[in-house]
Amino acid sequence: MSKRITIRYFAGFREHAGVGEETLSLEANTARDVYELLKDRHGSQEPLGHCKVAINDEMADWTTAINDGDTVLLFPPVAGG
Amino acid sequence: MRISKTPIDPDRLRETMQDHAAGGYVAFEGWVRNENEGHEVLQLEYEVYEPLAVKEGEKIIAEAKTKFPILHADCVHREGLLELGDCAVWVGVSSAHRDEAFAACRYIIDQVKLRLPIWKKEHYVNGDSGWVNCERCAEHAHPVPQTIAQ
Repeated sequence: MSKRITIRYFAGFREHAGVGEETLSLEANTARDVYELLKDRHGSQEPLGHCKVAINDEMADWTTAINDGDTVLLFPPVAGG
Repeated sequence: MRISKTPIDPDRLRETMQDHAAGGYVAFEGWVRNENEGHEVLQLEYEVYEPLAVKEGEKIIAEAKTKFPILHADCVHREGLLELGDCAVWVGVSSAHRDEAFAACRYIIDQVKLRLPIWKKEHYVNGDSGWVNCERCAEHAHPVPQTIAQ
């Protein structure tokens, strides 16, 4: 069953997608599914382990379950400092 | 933990570390460098997702206080456009003895680089720009150098 999910893109992901945020209907069970389904949007060639994800403003794992109405934040490899 | 859109003032931050029970203070300042992986860098632009950067930074500082017997610890990271030599990140730790201050400061800066949702875009002298993908950072923190002399 598809779920309404709001996706937020950051840094290079946002530049590739051309938008900072969009709401989509996705057949996704986990955060990993969202990342994989949206490869054309964020354009990342990075191994999943180099990127991070947050759900509803909490850092999450790629195996975290996604619920209808969730906001999924896709973070490219971080480079602070 | 604070994200700042204005220049970091290490002298003022140092004062927040003072404590009569502290025998010393260790600070790390990260500066904007003129070169990265063969590219001549002109400016840096930091993008920060502040709500989670602050939350994760507070968590890291709390972890440092649990791991090491320190008195005070804090971190400030810049957001926005920075010029060469600007201070991009500041970490300060005060404690009764120096060993734990060095160790905690090292822990905080390493974890900040690994975990905070912060991205760096470099603007090069040749007019190009690019996001820095810190793959080494994503895999492992840099190894702690061996002590040269006892």
